[in-house]
Amino acid sequence: MRNVMVIFKKELKSYFASPIAYLLLAIFAVIFGFFFYSAVRFFILQGMQMQMMGRGAPMDVNEYVIRPLLTNASVIGLFLIPMITMRLYAEEKRSGTIELLMTSPVRDLEIVLGKWLAALVMYASILAVSGINIAVLYAFGRPDLKPILVGFLGLLLQGGCLLAIGTFISTLTKNQIIAGGATFAVCLMLWVLDWVSAYDQSAWAKIVSYLSVVTHFEPFSKGVVDTKDIIFYLSMIFFGLFLTTRSMESLRWRA
Amino acid sequence: MIKVEGLTKRYARTVAVDDISFEVEKGQIVGFLGPNGAGKTTTMRVLTCFLPPTAGTAQVAGFDVLEQPLEVKKRIGYLPETPPLYPDMEVGEYLTFVGKLKGLATSDVPKRVNDVCDRCAITDVKSKLIGKLSKGYRQRVGLAQAILHNPDVLILDEPTSGLDPKQIIETRELIRSLAGDHTIILSTHILSEVEHSCERVVIINQGKLVAQDTVINLTNRLRGSEQVALEIQASNGNLNHAEVRQRLEQVAGVGRVVLKDTKDNHCAFEVESLQGRSIRAELARAVVTAGWDLNELRPVGFSLEDIFLQLTAAEKANKPEEVGKPEKVEKTTEAGV
Repeated sequence: MRNVMVIFKKELKSYFASPIAYLLLAIFAVIFGFFFYSAVRFFILQGMQMQMMGRGAPMDVNEYVIRPLLTNASVIGLFLIPMITMRLYAEEKRSGTIELLMTSPVRDLEIVLGKWLAALVMYASILAVSGINIAVLYAFGRPDLKPILVGFLGLLLQGGCLLAIGTFISTLTKNQIIAGGATFAVCLMLWVLDWVSAYDQSAWAKIVSYLSVVTHFEPFSKGVVDTKDIIFYLSMIFFGLFLTTRSMESLRWRA
Repeated sequence: MIKVEGLTKRYARTVAVDDISFEVEKGQIVGFLGPNGAGKTTTMRVLTCFLPPTAGTAQVAGFDVLEQPLEVKKRIGYLPETPPLYPDMEVGEYLTFVGKLKGLATSDVPKRVNDVCDRCAITDVKSKLIGKLSKGYRQRVGLAQAILHNPDVLILDEPTSGLDPKQIIETRELIRSLAGDHTIILSTHILSEVEHSCERVVIINQGKLVAQDTVINLTNRLRGSEQVALEIQASNGNLNHAEVRQRLEQVAGVGRVVLKDTKDNHCAFEVESLQGRSIRAELARAVVTAGWDLNELRPVGFSLEDIFLQLTAAEKANKPEEVGKPEKVEKTTEAGV
């Protein structure tokens, strides 16, 4: 556990010692800010129209602002995750520092966990930026807190699983661009897989759309915690980290 | 301390290390010598558990690199060919990270870091970014990283590459000062390096062990004849070097006389003795009785350079003979498959 923390701290520091962290935070803040502005403006417009039509029923902020925002946040995450993970191993392989890690008395799994945790905390701190926008909502309204928390749990789980896959892909190459590009492709694929459910109802289509990370995020965005989704994400994380560990082992044999 | 038996490492198409066996005693400094691409780095990577061997075993402090890699890694300090440095970390920060990674107790880390900084003369750059350091400093930070956890065994892959002459001398001294407590293997393709800092030499070429012995034994073993450099001067008048040459050739046991340099009243020769003959005393007497002044008489030893060339050349010359042996033929076909 100590070794995991040593690697974790070093990795997290190196995110914030380089411009990557700030770039990612800025990208997210700007894009999420735009989504937030649009969602709120739309919400206000609709509210006014409702009132003019005489139906003064209170509209739900959670339903009309926060839920679409959470979904949008997960899309932004899809673009940012390759940028978080691509350097994890590719950079160490290129600069030769992987030799230091692999000749130190540390287990491969400990290295993998440390790196993945650092990536996860990096991702979480990006998501935390959206807290500023959500706080604004609290200044003017009374959104329900629990669905928001559930939504963020979902974002973290989904992020964790894509980060694990990205970490694995980063072990395969020395080139950060290749690692980033391939991770983006895989993330995107896992994203759009659920489209098959729109035109196909066969058992195969069900399996394919089950693999889509989006299918499992929807309940979270509604504030619903379903164990089957949690299990899906956890097993994907486990699978990704398992592949990473194996790939690290095979580095020794392939090198 | 280190025991390697029948070590073989095969990559997809090439055999990098072919059936190497050697042992290193505790506290020794061993030089790993060979041209580029001989398999030095591969052997070191196997010893540090970075690469698994294809065949054979390697043990460090009694632990097998395949069976108990964690125990081996705890006892090894390793400086790879390119020092494993993170350019966006400060030197002190980096060493602290490595210290913890190597399993030092958190409370010991600052003290150890200060110690190695002193020892490697990098205290003045401790708070600088590694990316901004010169090559010499980086190499020293790499060395500091290797000795940080006070390992029993130090494995240094070309520790002096890229350093300026002063730094090379300092690094050699540092390495020598580490011997005794530490067992050190260092690789190099610079022969004088081995002569300066190592007690024993392991010479490998094209993945095969060519020779392993102490430096002195190796030089003695290969020194069949004696070579002497002479400088002779005539105190009055000119010196006829043909005459001197003739006189020298008459000395018993002299094989070959080569004129190296000649000026109006003095000349320099290099004299080689016949196999197994000592000629220095006779030469001196001959010169003096002829009435010349003997300015210099110096034995020219075989350098490791000569040994190395001789050994690798012998290796080549032996090959055609060995192909005839059935055992060898089998091996070649196996490698061919």
